[in-house]
Amino acid sequence: MTSHDGYGDRWFDREAGPVVRPYALTKGRTLPSGGATFGLIDVVIATSERPPAHFRPGPEHRRILNMCRRPTPIVDLTSEIDLPLGVVRVLLGDLTSEGMLRVLSTQKQPVTDQRLLRMVLDGLESL
Amino acid sequence: MDLNRFEDTHPAARPGSAVPATAKILISGGFGVGKTTLVGTISEIRPLRTEEPLSDRSVGVDDTRGVSAKTTTTVAMDFGRISFPSDLVLYLFGTPGQERFWFMWDDLAVGAVGAVIMADTRRVADCFASIDYFEQNGIPFVIAVNCFDDAPRFEPDDIRIALSLAPEVPIVLCDARERDSVKKVLVSLVRYVMTRHSRRNQATLA
Ligand SMILES: Nc1nc2c(ncn2[C@@H]2O[C@H](COP(=O)(O)OP(=O)(O)OP(=O)(O)O)[C@@H](O)[C@H]2O)c(=O)[nH]1
Ligand SMILES: [Mg+2]
Repeated sequence: MTSHDGYGDRWFDREAGPVVRPYALTKGRTLPSGGATFGLIDVVIATSERPPAHFRPGPEHRRILNMCRRPTPIVDLTSEIDLPLGVVRVLLGDLTSEGMLRVLSTQKQPVTDQRLLRMVLDGLESL
Repeated sequence: MDLNRFEDTHPAARPGSAVPATAKILISGGFGVGKTTLVGTISEIRPLRTEEPLSDRSVGVDDTRGVSAKTTTTVAMDFGRISFPSDLVLYLFGTPGQERFWFMWDDLAVGAVGAVIMADTRRVADCFASIDYFEQNGIPFVIAVNCFDDAPRFEPDDIRIALSLAPEVPIVLCDARERDSVKKVLVSLVRYVMTRHSRRNQATLA
């Protein structure tokens, strides 16, 4: 993916390795505000609420909102937006606390939902 | 769409809803055992960037406030994605092998269907760490014995003993480069998970 705004190559390296400061984009915050958790396969969706007066979404916030006009799993969002997972979680936390985004959580226990398991099985067998 | 109905529940596909159901399976095992190959055989590999906190906690300050100049290195991981017409998306996540990436495992494992632990018969001990992790966390797994060309052939029973596995844990021989073989491994995991639950339910009813 090409670097959208010039940050990419300056702050992050392609592979693991050099020491970087990805949290500069979140002004140093490493944890999402509001206590929400963001599982990799949880789905996020924009609420189409306007930003409250005190909150000015940055370019990354806006990119996320744009992508989440359709329900989007967090792992796809992170891969697409090409930012590290922890950074994406902080940005998602901002947007959910401001009411601009909803999280549809998946369960945190190993899956026991027979309906879901059946869907997975049928899917795999049809491949 | 009544989003409230979905809050805190699994967004399984419902008629007329654009919310995809999502599920994940972990692909685990020792270094170089064929995890990435397996994922790539059955799905399109995509990049995922995460960041590794530097082990030196004195770098950066005051983590408790969640505001720090924390220094990290970024880590590239790969995952696979299969979307089905039933509005289901299945993700395959390889667990990073090196010990310094263990912090990622809980993130990957939470809410998983289960795990495929790949074993190479030339060095079966390499998958002990994976077995321990999934046993301790109550996550069901199957063993996929990846058949490298020059590897000694073993009977599944020998492998069961070598890995001291419970009798019900499925052991499947596989070639991570073959689509049908990979499909068989994943199907065996899901079937195992389904029977495990129905067996448990019967046990509680009895
Ligand atoms: N003969 C044979 N070779 C395989 C098989 N699976 C993988 N390989 C080869 O083994 C090597 C390592 O495979 P990878 O898929 O990169 O292994 P990995 O587990 O992702 O490795 P790390 O991520 O580095 O731990 C590659 O050269 C593959 O081509 C198999 O089933 N049979
Ligand atoms: Mg790999």
